[in-house]
Amino acid sequence: MSKDTSTPLISASNLTCIREERLLFDALSFEVHPGNIVQVEGPNGSGKTSLLRILSGLSQPYDGDVKFGDKKISRCREEFQQNLLYFGHLPGVKGEMTAEENLEFNLALHGNDTDKTLAYLANVNLLGFEDSLASHLSAGQHRRIALARLYQSNAPIWILDEPFTAIDKQGVASLENLFSMHAARGGCIILTTHQDLISIESGNVKKITLDYHYDSLLG
Amino acid sequence: MTLPAQSEQLPTQTTQTSAQLSYRHAFMLVLKRDLTIAMRHKDDIINPLLFFVIVITLFPLGIGPEAKTLSRIAPGIIWVAALLATLLSLDRLFKSDHLDGSLEQMLLSPHPIFILVLAKIFAHWLITGLPLILIAPLLAVLLHLDKNSYTALLLTLLLGTPVLSLLGAIGVALTVGIKKGGVLLSLLILPLYIPVLIFATSAIDTAALGLPYSGQLAIIAALFFGSLTLAPFAVGAALKVSTN
Repeated sequence: MSKDTSTPLISASNLTCIREERLLFDALSFEVHPGNIVQVEGPNGSGKTSLLRILSGLSQPYDGDVKFGDKKISRCREEFQQNLLYFGHLPGVKGEMTAEENLEFNLALHGNDTDKTLAYLANVNLLGFEDSLASHLSAGQHRRIALARLYQSNAPIWILDEPFTAIDKQGVASLENLFSMHAARGGCIILTTHQDLISIESGNVKKITLDYHYDSLLG
Repeated sequence: MTLPAQSEQLPTQTTQTSAQLSYRHAFMLVLKRDLTIAMRHKDDIINPLLFFVIVITLFPLGIGPEAKTLSRIAPGIIWVAALLATLLSLDRLFKSDHLDGSLEQMLLSPHPIFILVLAKIFAHWLITGLPLILIAPLLAVLLHLDKNSYTALLLTLLLGTPVLSLLGAIGVALTVGIKKGGVLLSLLILPLYIPVLIFATSAIDTAALGLPYSGQLAIIAALFFGSLTLAPFAVGAALKVSTN
């Protein structure tokens, strides 16, 4: 999809995904280079989440390969996962732990520093809630705890599934700024969202549009 | 929300310092987290323990207080109760992590899954297996267990309960993606528990006769080391399939 000659961070070739006997997408190929922001679009059920899970290595495609640099991701799991930040539908925040403990664990699990967790919580407007159990916080705050990781992550590849769900307008604007900055420093972002990215110049956003296929493979 | 003032380039990382990615560090991290959660969610600790105590105290009431009968069936009762108590607690091992997405994050972390899984299983054993071992001698008194058998009881529990946690974890990992996997879990796991049950009760019975029981103990130890080295691989593979 992009014409530049630099090596892609992550690339997909001929991906095919079949779920519940329905073909979601077929022979999908693209490359994501440093500095790209890729928005995956499509109606509900068109396979956006499936695509992101395949790209992150959580699911296996029916056919085709995902490559990190020039290696298949299944061949370099540890190296790829050091360079990957995946944010799924479920935020991965434990209700029994406080906001700060959650963030500390999430950072440490991915090998990031945990010295400045309070500052990262301040980034997502959660200062003052750091000692509250996550189960006592709202849905949006829940997701903000998980999103706070983005401010610290030094992984170049960000794969974000609906990062704006339950986040207020101001938070969305701040996240968009963060995305622009991440792209500017040589990272890449693959995200799904039903919103338009307002503050990011539309020229910088590339789009992959998935269609909803009604036909079943059995029919 | 404010933005951090950093704009340095992001090189792809091929190596990270060992302090950030050491196995011991990852193991302790997950262990500490699981223990913290268990401490704040005390049901996890109390439920299996209470089940164990209730089942064992009900037997003398049902069978009658005759010391000879009770001491004959004591090893079997204690071990069957320990087995069922472990089975009862297994569901929590990966279920809640699967439901809130933290399991995905663990699978995507740069640490080997083996280490993370081993830490979770060890935490599970500390929460469920260890309290059973501590309270078992007390319950053995209620069942008039032969006084020669106490060491054997403790040794078999010490070697056997980790096997229950390790083998159970494979079953939980396979069924974690299924909404109501409880029945399937029992069917998958109970047959695997039978060797432990047979050799443990046999060791305790042999000890009551004053005979050496090192043979049975060695077999349980072999089961322990076998499952310790192999089960985490199986669990890791099963989790990948379950989250696919």
